[in-house]
Amino acid sequence: MSPEIVRLIIGALLDTLRMVAFSGALATAIGAPLGVFLATSRAGELFAAPKWNGLLGLVVNATRSTPFIILVVAIIPFTRMIVGTAIGTNAAIVPLTIAAAPFIARVVEAAIREVDAGLIEASIAMGATPLQIVRKVLLHEALPAITLGLTLTAVSLLANSAMVGVVGGGGLGDLAIRYGYQRFMPDVMASVVLVLIVLVQAIQSLGEALARRVNKRARRG
Amino acid sequence: MSAEMIRVENLSRLYPATRKSAEVAALKQVDIAVGAGEIYGVIGRSGAGKSTLLRMINALERPTSGRVIVDGVDMSRLDGKALRAERRKIGMIFQHFNLLSSRTAYRNIALPLEFAGVDSAAIESRVQNLLDLVGLSDKRDRYPAELSGGQKQRVGIARALASEPKVLLSDEATSALDPETTRSILSLLAEINRRLGVTILLITHEMEVIKEICHRVGVMEEGALIEEGDVHEVVTRPKTTTARSFLGALAGGEIPAGLAARLRPDSDSGNEIALRLRFSGPRATEPILSRLTSEMGIEVAVLQAQVDEIGGRPFGTMIIVVSSAALADGLAEAFLANHGVSTERLGHVA
Ligand SMILES: Nc1ncnc2c1ncn2[C@@H]1O[C@H](COP(=O)(O)OP(=O)(O)OP(=O)(O)O)[C@@H](O)[C@H]1O
Ligand SMILES: [Mg+2]
Repeated sequence: MSPEIVRLIIGALLDTLRMVAFSGALATAIGAPLGVFLATSRAGELFAAPKWNGLLGLVVNATRSTPFIILVVAIIPFTRMIVGTAIGTNAAIVPLTIAAAPFIARVVEAAIREVDAGLIEASIAMGATPLQIVRKVLLHEALPAITLGLTLTAVSLLANSAMVGVVGGGGLGDLAIRYGYQRFMPDVMASVVLVLIVLVQAIQSLGEALARRVNKRARRG
Repeated sequence: MSAEMIRVENLSRLYPATRKSAEVAALKQVDIAVGAGEIYGVIGRSGAGKSTLLRMINALERPTSGRVIVDGVDMSRLDGKALRAERRKIGMIFQHFNLLSSRTAYRNIALPLEFAGVDSAAIESRVQNLLDLVGLSDKRDRYPAELSGGQKQRVGIARALASEPKVLLSDEATSALDPETTRSILSLLAEINRRLGVTILLITHEMEVIKEICHRVGVMEEGALIEEGDVHEVVTRPKTTTARSFLGALAGGEIPAGLAARLRPDSDSGNEIALRLRFSGPRATEPILSRLTSEMGIEVAVLQAQVDEIGGRPFGTMIIVVSSAALADGLAEAFLANHGVSTERLGHVA
């Protein structure tokens, strides 16, 4: 493989990492509060607002049931409005974020719903405010599950980021399509697949290690 | 009794009917007064409304009608900030401890202080004192998963005491513990009550708890308080069948199976009679039976004897067998009654 190709692969890898990192951070900023709200706003819960809960749940489901590639195309006008263009890695961050945010919301919601209701009751009895309960009890107790869920999100972001290559999104997917497929360079294709495999492994191992560290539920010596 | 700490007035709670279930009256016009520094135990069958009552005290549950007054404050009228401030004066412990698995013993105990906005230096000294009080100084940095059930409940108790409450509520706090651990938790609660003067309202299914630490006991049935009083009083002279069935065993004097099989109501089955004797107060320790022999010349065979302390006072039960001739003139029973011993003829022994 020529040094030229190696440089291309490294450049594409950096683009991919940038897309995943930015959209992951943005999606967490949007999705996590949404997840907390979904987990605490049914009737009788801390921030009871059943109508809003239902409505947001619907929006989340609708977004999640739209296939990613269709979402990318469907929101092109919106992407243009925000980024100024619909092509390139910056533009790709918009659909990536919009697809990941509801996923993260459900991940956070599920993790919080797993927290023993007895802890909420004990906290209320101690005179905690609802916000204190979210910050000091729910998020803290749900952290291991949230960490694993975010790991899952990062992997699916990686997969989606490769898909935006189809519409000129840049990154590893883009490289694989332009060189591996259109110019028929199987070694580029194979290298990209290999890099993706290593990347997924790395994300998964890192996420699991972090989750283990924050999980104090298991007895250890 | 000193000042009143908890007053429950005409308290009712209806859970409205749902599609799946009919309306439930969890509490029906309950009146209870608990004095400052008292330990009050509530017993009753499952579903009698005990937890509902307890959760009304710190307003986790709202009454349909009636009032709950804690240290002069009407809990049922408060909300928001004022309610949170009052709740800090009421500690609560739970059957399943409800500790945060992600926090060490130290940080679990610190939690209510963090909620109250106490600064970390003050938290540090307060939590250290509490760890000492419950005997867990060496477990300070352990997570709940690394503690035994009894140790977890000690953390729960320390946490409940962190904001120096006047009242401690306990919903079956020892039900998940073995008998020995239960005893150590009970003596910790009694010590807290004695040393800190904390008023304790507790629910239990274990009658030993009532016997060991409660001053007064209330019996609930189908949402109503059907009997209450001094523990010694209710145990030794229960008025309702529910109280008797719960607390009867504490008073002892169960008829041994071997004897029960030989008891006959009619007199021609044998010339011996079985009697159950009960005596309370200081007389429980007097050698009544030897006086029965020396003063009345009656031979006594003791089948079962038990002297116990109930509600801080001695209480004894015996099952004895004497010849029917000795009882014929009624003098023996009169003698016992004169000495504060109640007698009950169980039947003739075949
Ligand atoms: N949130 C609720 N909605 C409807 N009914 C309820 C609710 N909470 C309690 N109940 C009903 O109220 C009654 C009293 O319940 P409670 O939990 O106070 O009983 P308990 O005496 O504590 O029983 P246990 O000994 O089993 O804990 C029960 O019939 C129960 O089904
Ligand atoms: Mg209960």
